[in-house]
Amino acid sequence: MSLDVIFLKLMSGMGVTVSIFLLTLLFSIPLGLPITLARMSKNKVLSALSGIYISVMRGTPLMLQIIVIYFLPFYGFGINVTAGYRFIAVIIAFSLNYAAYFAEIYRSGIQSIPRGQYEAALILGYSNTQTFIRIVMPQMFKRVLPAMTNEIITLVKDTSLSFAIATAEMFTMAKQIAAKEASLMPLMAAGVFYYIFNFIVAIICKKVEKHFDYYKI
Amino acid sequence: MELLRVENCRKSFDGEEILKGISLSVNEGEVVSVIGPSGSGKSTFLRCACMLETMDGGFLAYAGKFAAKEENGKVVYAPHVELKEIRKTYGLVFQNFNLFPHYTVLKNVVEPQMIAGKTREEAEKKALECLEKLGLSDKAKNYPCQLSGGQQQRVSIARALALEPKVLFFDEPTSALDPELTGEVLKVIRDLAALHMTMIIVTHEMNFAREVSDRMIFMENGVIRAEGKPDDLFNSDDERLKSFMGKLSGN
Repeated sequence: MSLDVIFLKLMSGMGVTVSIFLLTLLFSIPLGLPITLARMSKNKVLSALSGIYISVMRGTPLMLQIIVIYFLPFYGFGINVTAGYRFIAVIIAFSLNYAAYFAEIYRSGIQSIPRGQYEAALILGYSNTQTFIRIVMPQMFKRVLPAMTNEIITLVKDTSLSFAIATAEMFTMAKQIAAKEASLMPLMAAGVFYYIFNFIVAIICKKVEKHFDYYKI
Repeated sequence: MELLRVENCRKSFDGEEILKGISLSVNEGEVVSVIGPSGSGKSTFLRCACMLETMDGGFLAYAGKFAAKEENGKVVYAPHVELKEIRKTYGLVFQNFNLFPHYTVLKNVVEPQMIAGKTREEAEKKALECLEKLGLSDKAKNYPCQLSGGQQQRVSIARALALEPKVLFFDEPTSALDPELTGEVLKVIRDLAALHMTMIIVTHEMNFAREVSDRMIFMENGVIRAEGKPDDLFNSDDERLKSFMGKLSGN
C-alpha cells in the first residue's frame, strides 16, 4: 500500500476522531456543570451521588466504560443494537467520563472565587441564581481555562481508546493497516496526525485564554 | 426617623464571643463612626448589621421593619421576601471593594440596578450620573483591574449609591489603600456627609472620623466602651481611650 493510500485511509478515520472529540466537548462541558452543582449542593444525598459518580468515572478505565456502555443494552437488557450504536456508545462514554473530570475542574474554579464576590452580590440584591450565572460562572470559566486545556488535549489522545469496540476512528484504522502491511509506518503517521491535531487544539485554547485577558481577577 | 436599630447584638465564632451585646440606633442623616483596635469586633458588628453574618442573639430593624429578633433564646430572621426588601434599605462599601472584575465600571454600576427592576436606560442614566459625581466619567468603559485602588473604591461607592440606599455602611474603606489614595476616598465620604447621607463607618482614620461624624463609637473586646460626640471622645479622661486615640491620630 502506497503512502498516499495510507494517508487517505487515515484521513477518513481522522474525520471520526474529530467527531468524537467535538461531540464529547459539546456534551461534557455543559454536563459538568450540573454534576459540580450537585457535588457542591447542601443536599447530602445529591452531593453523595455526584461524589460517587465522579469517583467511579475517574477511578475506572475509560476503555472499560466504553465497552460496558456498548455492550450494556445487549447483556443488560437483551436489546439488539444497530451498527450505528457503536459510535453513539463511544460518544456517551466519553461525554460521561469527561463530564466527571470537568465537574471537578469547575468545582476548583468555583471554590477559588473570593467570598467577597458573593457578599457583594448579596448586598446588591442578586438572588443566588443570579449570583451564580452572572458573577460566579463567567469568572469560573476564566479561572479553569488552563486546566481545561490540559483535559482537552488529553481527550484528543483518548479518542484512540475507542478502538476497544472497533470504532472506525484513526487509531483503529492505523492499527488495521499496520497489521495488514506489517509496517510501523501507518502508526507513525497516525502519531503525526495526533500531534498536529493537538498542536492546533493548543493554539485555539491559547487564543481563548488570551481572549479572556481583558480582565484580571 | 430611626433608620437602623440594633439591640444587644451577640456573636461567637468557635465558642469565642466576639460581640458581647452591642446596641446602636442611627437616625436619618446621622454619620456614625465605629473605631477601636483590631479584633475589637467592629467589622463583625457591621457584618451582623448588614446580615452577612447571622447574629447569635439580639434584635435588628431597618426603618422600623424588623429583620431579626430573639425568640426563646434563638434568633429568628424575617421571611426571605421581607429580608430582600429590607436589604434595599442599605448599601455596603467593602474594604477590598469587591467589584465584579469581569464587568466594566459602567456595568458594575448598571447591573445591580437592573436586578432591582430598572430598565437599562434608567439604570445607565443613573450610573453615569453617579460616576460623574465621583469623578469617574472617563473610566466608565474600563475594567476594574485597569483602575487604581482609590478609583476602584470610588466605583464601589458609586455602585452602592446608584441603588439609592437609605443607609450606607463602610467597612474600613481605606484600609486596602496606600496613604496617597486614601485621601480621594475620604473626600468622597466627606462630600456624602455634607449631603446628609446616613452613614456608619468602621475606620482607623481617627482624624477623618472626628471631622466627619456626628457620633463616634469606641469598641473594645466586643463591647462599646465609649460613645458620644467626637470631641467628647477625643477629650475623654479614660486612659485607654486617650492612649488609643493618641496613637492613631499621630499626635
